[in-house]
Amino acid sequence: MDMEFSPEDLAFQKEVREFIAENYPAELRDKQDEGEEMSKEDFLAWHKILYKKGWIAPAWPVEYGGTGWTPTQRFIWSEETARADCIRLMPFGLAMVGPVIYTFGTPEQKAHFLPRILSGEDWWCQGYSEPGSGSDLASLRTAAVKDGDDYIVNGQKTWTTLAQHADWGFFLVRTDKEAKQQEGISFLLIDMKSPGITVRPIITLGGEHEVNEVWLEDVRVPQSQRVYEENKGWTCAKFLLAHERTGIAGVAASKRGIEKVKAIARTELDGDEPLIANAFFKRKLAELEIDLTALEFTELRSLAGPNAGRGPGPESSLLKIKGSEIQQRLTELTLEAVGHYGAPYFRGFGESDNEHPIGPDYAHRAAPTYFNMRKTTIYGGSNEIQRNIIAKMVLGL
Amino acid sequence: MDFTYTETQDMIRDTLSRFLADTYDFETRQKFIASDSGRDPAIWTALAQELGMLGAAFAEEHGGLGGGALENAIVMEELGKVLGIEPYLPTVVIAGGALKAVGGAQADAMIPEIIAGNAIVSFAYAEPQGRYDLANLKTAAKKDGAGYVLSGHKSVVYAAPWASHLLVTARTGGGQRDRDGVSLFLIDAKLPGIVRRDYPTVDGSRASEIYFENVAIPGDALLGAEGAGLPLVERIVDEATVAVCAEATGVMQKLHEGTLEYTQQRKQFGVPIAKFQVLQHRMVDMFMEVEQARSMTIMGTLKLDLPANERMAAVSACKAKVARGANFVGQNAIQTHGGIGITQELAIGHYFKRATMIEGQFGSADHHLGRYERIVLAD
Ligand SMILES: Cc1cc2nc3c(=O)[nH]c(=O)nc-3n(C[C@H](O)[C@H](O)[C@H](O)COP(=O)(O)OP(=O)(O)OC[C@H]3O[C@@H](n4cnc5c(N)ncnc54)[C@H](O)[C@@H]3O)c2cc1C
Ligand SMILES: Cc1cc2nc3c(=O)[nH]c(=O)nc-3n(C[C@H](O)[C@H](O)[C@H](O)COP(=O)(O)OP(=O)(O)OC[C@H]3O[C@@H](n4cnc5c(N)ncnc54)[C@H](O)[C@@H]3O)c2cc1C
Repeated sequence: MDMEFSPEDLAFQKEVREFIAENYPAELRDKQDEGEEMSKEDFLAWHKILYKKGWIAPAWPVEYGGTGWTPTQRFIWSEETARADCIRLMPFGLAMVGPVIYTFGTPEQKAHFLPRILSGEDWWCQGYSEPGSGSDLASLRTAAVKDGDDYIVNGQKTWTTLAQHADWGFFLVRTDKEAKQQEGISFLLIDMKSPGITVRPIITLGGEHEVNEVWLEDVRVPQSQRVYEENKGWTCAKFLLAHERTGIAGVAASKRGIEKVKAIARTELDGDEPLIANAFFKRKLAELEIDLTALEFTELRSLAGPNAGRGPGPESSLLKIKGSEIQQRLTELTLEAVGHYGAPYFRGFGESDNEHPIGPDYAHRAAPTYFNMRKTTIYGGSNEIQRNIIAKMVLGL
Repeated sequence: MDFTYTETQDMIRDTLSRFLADTYDFETRQKFIASDSGRDPAIWTALAQELGMLGAAFAEEHGGLGGGALENAIVMEELGKVLGIEPYLPTVVIAGGALKAVGGAQADAMIPEIIAGNAIVSFAYAEPQGRYDLANLKTAAKKDGAGYVLSGHKSVVYAAPWASHLLVTARTGGGQRDRDGVSLFLIDAKLPGIVRRDYPTVDGSRASEIYFENVAIPGDALLGAEGAGLPLVERIVDEATVAVCAEATGVMQKLHEGTLEYTQQRKQFGVPIAKFQVLQHRMVDMFMEVEQARSMTIMGTLKLDLPANERMAAVSACKAKVARGANFVGQNAIQTHGGIGITQELAIGHYFKRATMIEGQFGSADHHLGRYERIVLAD
């Protein structure tokens, strides 16, 4: 065992650091520093730079456009992008449907979709959840009925993140009503501009338009856009969910988050001293940092241990639970750190949007972010469901 | 020992809760908080004139019902249940509390105005550098003939856009953090030189940054003794702290009830999710936090008249417990609702927001644990 970086790793780290320093767009950095909301174009700007460099999909096999990096190099890459506050890449194409397509797709599907995911030409969204089917995903009712070479799809999806920007969506639909729940589901790729699709916003607690309802009325989808066999979509769905959960751990981003909370706590005063000298606050920071270290080494073990390469299994539930809890505690500490200036609210009240926010720059998003991040223990399969998975799959209960 | 409410107190609660049930349903509230002014002034007028509610905590000689802190707690708890943004806390609990403590001509003149609903008072005490330290003041009032000249910046002053008067803490002497030299002033909110920047708050209210630019204030604006105001300020903030704990109790009760109701309706895996034991135990834990918040609020309210140290220890115990409870109940209400809990659509998220703001109002759990330790566990 060895946790030191090799000279090659250190050289790689230097290369990555320099690349980011030279290529990360200054306009993006400025917007982030001002706490402005990011547009679709902002997300795509960094995506395209990484695509040109050939670094857009470190986790993919080389034959489909991956980098061939070792797990350590991928770890370094996440650390460095988080350390430099790089805008996050949208996971729906790169981390979710991409791996499904290269694992289960037809040669035609691979040839058509994978390059477009890599280049950023298509923005994807995930159509899994329905109003009546949340935790019980397999109970979904959106139905696809065969009509010649096509399916006709009818139903309603909900919580579809950033569907308002999406060119394509990957959907779970019911293709056999008679079979056992899990055995009648298929995995479809649907053009979001198809006639019959309506996207309606849902506004979340922090005032964001991040999730949507998606209505499908007689939407025609060629059968060639079904991934894997008919009625075997659950296999793809589960494969994708395990990938999704690993990503949610967000270790590198949380490390950076802790640095940011520390910076705030060094600036904010508590009596004569900076807040970071407050014994209670310091204790919470220390506990959080230790918990994050535990998560980090657990993730490293799963990435680089003896089971490496077998793809994420039920242990991804552990990473999801612990990672999401840490993310929430981070936003909670930030809100606590900013004191009174957590209260002013500046979104959705017309003209005031253009005014300079009240209080220090780091304060005005603290409360909305805290409210928004309650989602992390709910989405991607709630933490209760993750605990059920560990109980069943790992502990055999 | 008797923990029952008097007939009058029951009457106050019943009258108020019936009135709020009629006027303050969630959709109506959402409409007026989104309006330009952010409130419906008719509600305040009705509270004063139809219900006599603003007089519940004042002496009969001022036109009140002769109550005190318990009556305030009842009103605050009912406001909590409907997410009321009415400025009862700064006007009646805080300014009213200060006036009652000071008495005399100032109380005689102002309390009837409060009871009648003519005066709304906002409490301008916090400053950007001060966190929860009430003595940490840069705002200064300099003697000028018979009056004073006030300069400084107060932050996040709740209800200030609606206020007819401001209750302001300022230094008349001493250094920035000294206990001596703090004075309390009750002034007209429209005096020349008062500059406000108004904004909404995350919990649906309105607040302002207030800049005092050489504001000339009369000498009789001073409440209590010059430079010796800190004990008075501490006392009224303690009253305010238990009052928001009472509000929190109402908010937490609604978070809990809403969760019970939702989990009995929402089905997953073919059963109401309330059938899952892990959720049952969580709702039991939430229930216990609500009941303990109620107990601690009563304890804190009943100890407000004890000597300062005992009062402060009790209030801090109350706030620390209630803040932790509000955090637990709020977070678990959202989690148990799943995705729908984090939307603007359901009331539950809005209760969570108010619960979150109460956690930090007048000091976080950590702040109060620290104060409790200093008083009770010193040596
Ligand atoms: C911000 C956000 C973004 C999302 N983005 C997407 C997206 O892009 N695409 C997509 O398809 N979906 C998305 N989702 C949906 C998400 O995956 C679901 O919200 C989640 O699976 C939970 O379902 P639900 O909201 O219906 O809650 P419910 O299933 O109704 O659960 C309510 C509560 O009951 C608990 N519970 C349910 N069953 C059990 C059980 N058996 N044992 C113990 N507890 C249980 C849950 O854990 C939860 O606490 C998103 C959700 C959010 C909040
Ligand atoms: C608001 C929101 C809600 C969501 N809700 C749901 C939901 O409910 N249901 C659901 O199904 N999914 C949801 N997701 C998506 C999903 O849960 C995870 O975010 C995703 O799986 C992360 O995967 P990943 O770690 O592989 O991606 P990433 O961590 O982004 O990694 C991809 C690769 O890029 C690298 N990388 C990471 N950051 C950067 C950067 N800034 N610059 C350059 N390279 C970088 C990484 O090292 C990695 O190799 C949601 C996402 C968002 C944003």
